[in-house]
Formats: sequence, C-alpha cells, structure tokens
Amino acid sequence: MEALLIEGDTILAAFWMTIRLTAVSALGSLVLGTLLTAMRVAPLAALRAAAGTYVSVARNTPLTLVLLFTGLGVGANLGVELSDDIATNNFWLACIGLTAYTSAFVCEALRSGLNTVPVGQAEAARSLGLGFVKTLRLITLPQAFRAVVAPLGSILIALTKNTTIALVVGVSEASVRMREMIETYGDQVIQIFLGFAAGFVLLCLPMGLLFGWLSRRMAVAR
Amino acid sequence: MSYANLYEPPGPRGVRRNRVLAGAVTLVLLAIAYVVYVRFDEKDQWAADKWLPLLRGDVWATFILPGLAGTLGAAVAGVLLAGLFGLVFAVARMSEHAWIRVPAAAVVEFFRSVPLLLLIFFAFFGSYMVIGVNISAFAAVVFGLTLYNGSVIAEIVRAGVLSLPKGQREAAYAVGMRKSQVMRLVLLPQGVRVMLPALVSQFIVLLKDSALGLIVGYDELVDRGLNGIAANFSNVIPAAILIAAIFIAINTSLDRLAHRLGAA
Amino acid sequence: MFGRSLYAVFAVMVLATACGGGQDSYDSVVDKAKNEKKLVIGVKADQPGLGLRTPDGAFTGFDVEVAKYVAKQLGVEPDGITFKETVSANREAFIEQGQVDLVVATYSITDARKQKVSFAGPYFVAGQDLLVRADDSSLTGPETLNGKKLCSVAGSTPAQKVKSEYAKEVQLQEERTYSACVDRVLGGQLDAITTDNVILAGYAAQHNGKLKVVGKPFSTEKYGIGLKKDDTAGRKAVNDALEKMFADGSWTKALQASVGASGFAVPQAPQLERY
Repeated sequence: MEALLIEGDTILAAFWMTIRLTAVSALGSLVLGTLLTAMRVAPLAALRAAAGTYVSVARNTPLTLVLLFTGLGVGANLGVELSDDIATNNFWLACIGLTAYTSAFVCEALRSGLNTVPVGQAEAARSLGLGFVKTLRLITLPQAFRAVVAPLGSILIALTKNTTIALVVGVSEASVRMREMIETYGDQVIQIFLGFAAGFVLLCLPMGLLFGWLSRRMAVAR
Repeated sequence: MSYANLYEPPGPRGVRRNRVLAGAVTLVLLAIAYVVYVRFDEKDQWAADKWLPLLRGDVWATFILPGLAGTLGAAVAGVLLAGLFGLVFAVARMSEHAWIRVPAAAVVEFFRSVPLLLLIFFAFFGSYMVIGVNISAFAAVVFGLTLYNGSVIAEIVRAGVLSLPKGQREAAYAVGMRKSQVMRLVLLPQGVRVMLPALVSQFIVLLKDSALGLIVGYDELVDRGLNGIAANFSNVIPAAILIAAIFIAINTSLDRLAHRLGAA
Repeated sequence: MFGRSLYAVFAVMVLATACGGGQDSYDSVVDKAKNEKKLVIGVKADQPGLGLRTPDGAFTGFDVEVAKYVAKQLGVEPDGITFKETVSANREAFIEQGQVDLVVATYSITDARKQKVSFAGPYFVAGQDLLVRADDSSLTGPETLNGKKLCSVAGSTPAQKVKSEYAKEVQLQEERTYSACVDRVLGGQLDAITTDNVILAGYAAQHNGKLKVVGKPFSTEKYGIGLKKDDTAGRKAVNDALEKMFADGSWTKALQASVGASGFAVPQAPQLERY
C-alpha cells in the first residue's frame, strides 16, 4: 500500500492527464466524427469518397501506429509545432492522434444512427424546401444522435482506456506512471495494479451508467 | 445510394454547381497531399534507400513474416479465449441465481474499465508475485486480450440474447427443454448471429490491440517488423506506412468477410 | 455438433497456453554447454553495432561477438547458439524463467539487478554520452543542453539524470526506439540523444558523417553478462572466457570491427570484478 500513498500526488497528476486527454479528444472526435458523417452522405461523390477512405484507414490501423504517425509524421516531419514546450506539444499531438482514430468510430456509429431514421423524415423535410445541410442539421442528425447514445458511450469508454497508449508519443499518463512504479516498488505490483485499475473503474463505470440512463431517456419513441 | 433521400436529385444548375464544388474539393485534397509530399521530401523520407529495403525478400522473411505470425498467433489465441470468456460470462450474467449473476457482472464491469496496457503490464511484471512463475510475453499479451475483449464480448452476446423476442424462450420451454438447453440450443446461437457484425468489429479491435505486445517485447508486427526494419535502415516512416497497410489489408478483408456472412 | 467441436478447440487452446514454453533446468550453465553443446543467448536485436538482427536473420555486433567467444570457451560452436531477442524490460525475467542461458545485451551491472541474477564481467565499461548532428558545434557536454531538446528511450532513466544534475532547462522527449530519436534529431526537431556512448557510436557509424558522439562520457556503466542467480560455476567459467578474450586481442578486434567506423576510440579492456 505504501507505494500508492507515497506517490499519491504523481498518480493524481497522471489521472488528471488521462482526464484532459479524454476530454479534449472526445470533443474533437465528436466534431470531426459528425463532419465525417455529413461528408459520407453528402451529394458530392468526392466528399463521400474522401470521408469513406479516411474512415476505413483510421478504423483499421492500430492506435499505436496512428499515434506514431502523429508524433513522427505530423510532429517531426511535417514540422507542426503546437508549442515550444515539448510536454505541451506532445499533449496536443496525442489529442490529434486520439481524435483522428476515435472520430472514425464516431462516424460509423452516427452513420448507423442515420439508418434508423425513417425515410419519411428526410422526405418530409425536403418537401418543406429544406436543402441537404438543413435536412441533416435540423431533422435527421438530431434523431440519429438520440439513437446512438449508447454506442457513443462505449466509444467514450474505449477512448478513456485508449489514452494510455499516448505513451507512444511520450505523454506521461497513467500507464507510464504505473510502469515506473512497478520498477521502483517491485514487491507491490498487485497493489499498484489494483490502485490504477480502481482509478479507471472510477472513471469508466459512471460513464457507462450515465450513458445507459441517457440512452433510455433520449430514445426516440417510434 | 441509401442516403439519396437526404437531398433532391440536382437539376441542370445543381449539376453544374456540384461539378465546380467537386473540383474545388479535389483541389483542396490534392493540395494537402502535395504539402505532405513536399515536407516529407525535405526530410528525405522518400529517398529510395529508405523504401527499397521494404521490397527485399530477406527483409520480409526476417522481419515482416515472423512479425505477422506473432500478431496473428496472439490474435487467434485471443479471439478463441476471449470468445470463450465472453460466452461464459454472458450466460453467467443472465443467470437466475444472484450468487452467480452478481460476481459475473462485477468481473465483466471491472475488466471493461481497465485499459489493456495495464492488464499486460500487470500480467508480465506481476505474474511472479501472483502465481510464482514469470509468464512469457505471449501469455501476457493473450491474458490481456482475453480479459479486455472477453468482457466486451460478454456484453455484446448478452445484448444479442436480450434482443431476441420473448417467444423464443417461451417456445423452447414449451417443448420441454431444460434451462441449459434453452440457452445453449436456442438463445445463444441466435444471439450470437444477431450480433455477428459487432463481434467481428470487436475481433478487429483485438487484432489491432495485439500490437500493444511491443510494450513487453512480444515479437509482433510493430516490434519485429517496424522496429526491426527501422534499426537496420533507419526508415521509421516508410516501414510504419508498410506495416499500417498490412493491418488495413487484413482488417478490411475481415470486415468484408463479416458483411458477406451477415448477408448470407 | 458445431458447439461441441468449438468447445474442443477451446480446451486445446487453454491447455496450449497454460503449458506454453518448455523450460529445462540445470545447476550451472557450464553443465548445459558441456552436455548439450547448445546455448540460448539473449541479445538486443535493434542496436546497430552491439546487437542487431540483420535481414539475413543473423545477429551482428559487439555483444554478439562477445557471446560467441564466451560460448566457444564453454564448448559450444557458433551453430549451437540460438540468439534470442531481449529488451530492457524482460532481461531478468528471461534469465529467471530459463528462456535464455546467458544475456549479453548492454546489460549494466547494478545492485538491484544482482538481487535477481548473477553477473560475469564487466566486459565493457560504457559511459553516458550525447549524440548530436555532425554540424552542431554548440553541444559539447551535458551542461550545454540548457534550452535544448533531448531525446531518450522510454523506460531508461539517463535523461532524468541529465536534467537533474547538469542542465535544469533541458526539455526531454521520450521515444519508444532509438531509430525514432535518430529520425527526430536528423530532422532538426530535437537536438541530442542520450544513452551509453557505445550504443550511440553504433548509430553514428550507421549514419556516417551526419551524426557524431560528443565524446565526454559523464557516468560509468559496466556491462556484464547475466546468468542465473547463484550459478557460481557458470560465473567463473564466463569470467575466465572473458579474461582470455581480453588477453588474446579478440576483444579489441571485435570492438573495432563493430563500432570503430564512427571514430569511436577503442579503450583498454576493463578489469573483471569477480564476486
């Protein structure tokens, strides 16, 4: 137990990093995922093709490699520098990588949500004279969102757990700390694991419950 | 086009406008690709000596194929064990006995919340404390993949079974089946079938996750392939592009297969 | 029917995973070498100049040469050696599990590690140093790193040491592999890489003319050969082999051939620490 108590502050700092990574990437993924969904159902074939290719590439590449591409590809080779401070720079690069990956899953979920919206909804909107963007924004997407609250919750939980892979771009979050602590306090591996696991349970379990409740509350009665 | 209902078929003016827009979109995409190309070129990433090694037979034989074997080995073991774990815990969580249902639910919820990386670390570094032997990197990776994906699969299977019409269960009881028979012969097969697409995407997640084995030195595609090649030819980016392409090829074919199975 | 065959597959899988990896046990590595004429030796696979798996599937480098020499002295010919990749994280575990008989993998002798394994050697004394771009004359030692960006590989503590002891204003970047560090330094995004000088020399040799080792080591790392804890006979035999390697010139030759191309000055052979 001592290890967890002695290192209490660093552990809290590590989880605070986990929370920040999750929050920023979740927001980013929601925006980018929605945009990608709109592109995939757009009247322009070029947009559909671009979004479709993007989603199948991002969804099928291991996150480790996605983050390697953001760190080495976007960071080192494209020369994108978001901050002069390495730690801040890595944080934002990790957020970009996590967003690039997660938004593909958000897009897939939203697209299946669009499928649940009856055709009549869009047809009615069009007969009122709404164009593509307005139909999507005012009529079909809101209903699609309400249908996929539960899958979005699962994606958020997966994202929270996936932030641990940010160690690939050198962000020191929970998994890095856990490794370091195992090296220092080799005799307390079990306690250290349970401590960190408890932290994630504390983060993920309420999310699961919240989204379960939301999805029941927001379900579209048909 | 399943989404054609979102917009009117364009008229003559619309067609012209769409053509202009399509041209603009293509131009923007090409511009982005060009900037990436130039920036990478400045850093010599397209140099032939970084790409040619990727075409050599001995590079494939020494780095890529053994790595692929490691990735697929861990993934196959993971899929089978996670599938087993998922089936057992899905059934246990639907048990009528609270003393089975509640612990099963606790186990599933716990492993659904803990990141895979932590599970692999724990298995690899903690096994000596817990069971008195150090386990291999392969075992640590499979352990993590099993618990992490097994708990997700348990939830998928459970959702599949719960989505079945009540009549299925009632009819099965009516013809005199026992509880275990109802589950095994009637509910599970249908529940799994309903959830086949979700199960396949979870298996793809599992396959990709096996790449995390590099963290404990397991010989898979990223560790053996990418890092091994890059150490010899210092071509991290080209090697990473190749390895990513291999993953994408495998996963999209799995995806296709799943769609065909689902449609059949 | 489908169900039953599936269960059978599961059962086989569980069994296969449970008893994975046959491990034989022996009292001393000397006995195994003498009786079986075979050894499994753990080396690094991704460090040019020290232990590198090349595309033909063989291993090359100074560590590998040392391993071959020692094995020969123990009575094992090169074709009786199986080289196995070890990474920093699993060296102790591999020895304890018996997955390897010896570890020759830039393995620093430390008191913490002596709790778990035995060490023969040292067969090389390395020192922490810096690798910088060849045209960068501003970096001459760890204390010149203030305001610069330094790369190290995750799981190693040397970079922290630079920050706490030499240059408080240095910024640290952790990478998974040295190849990634090298990419970033060559690309100009980072300024230096830190780890043991002989490892850096391997990269300098690989990128001849583009990278250089600063050449002012600021620590001492004694590389030892790891064996099973309490294998006293094995430790003595390996030490004897090393002594012979130092004496007959093979040691200098191996080092020169492996990292000499970078201009790395081959030092005197170290003093063995028998315990």
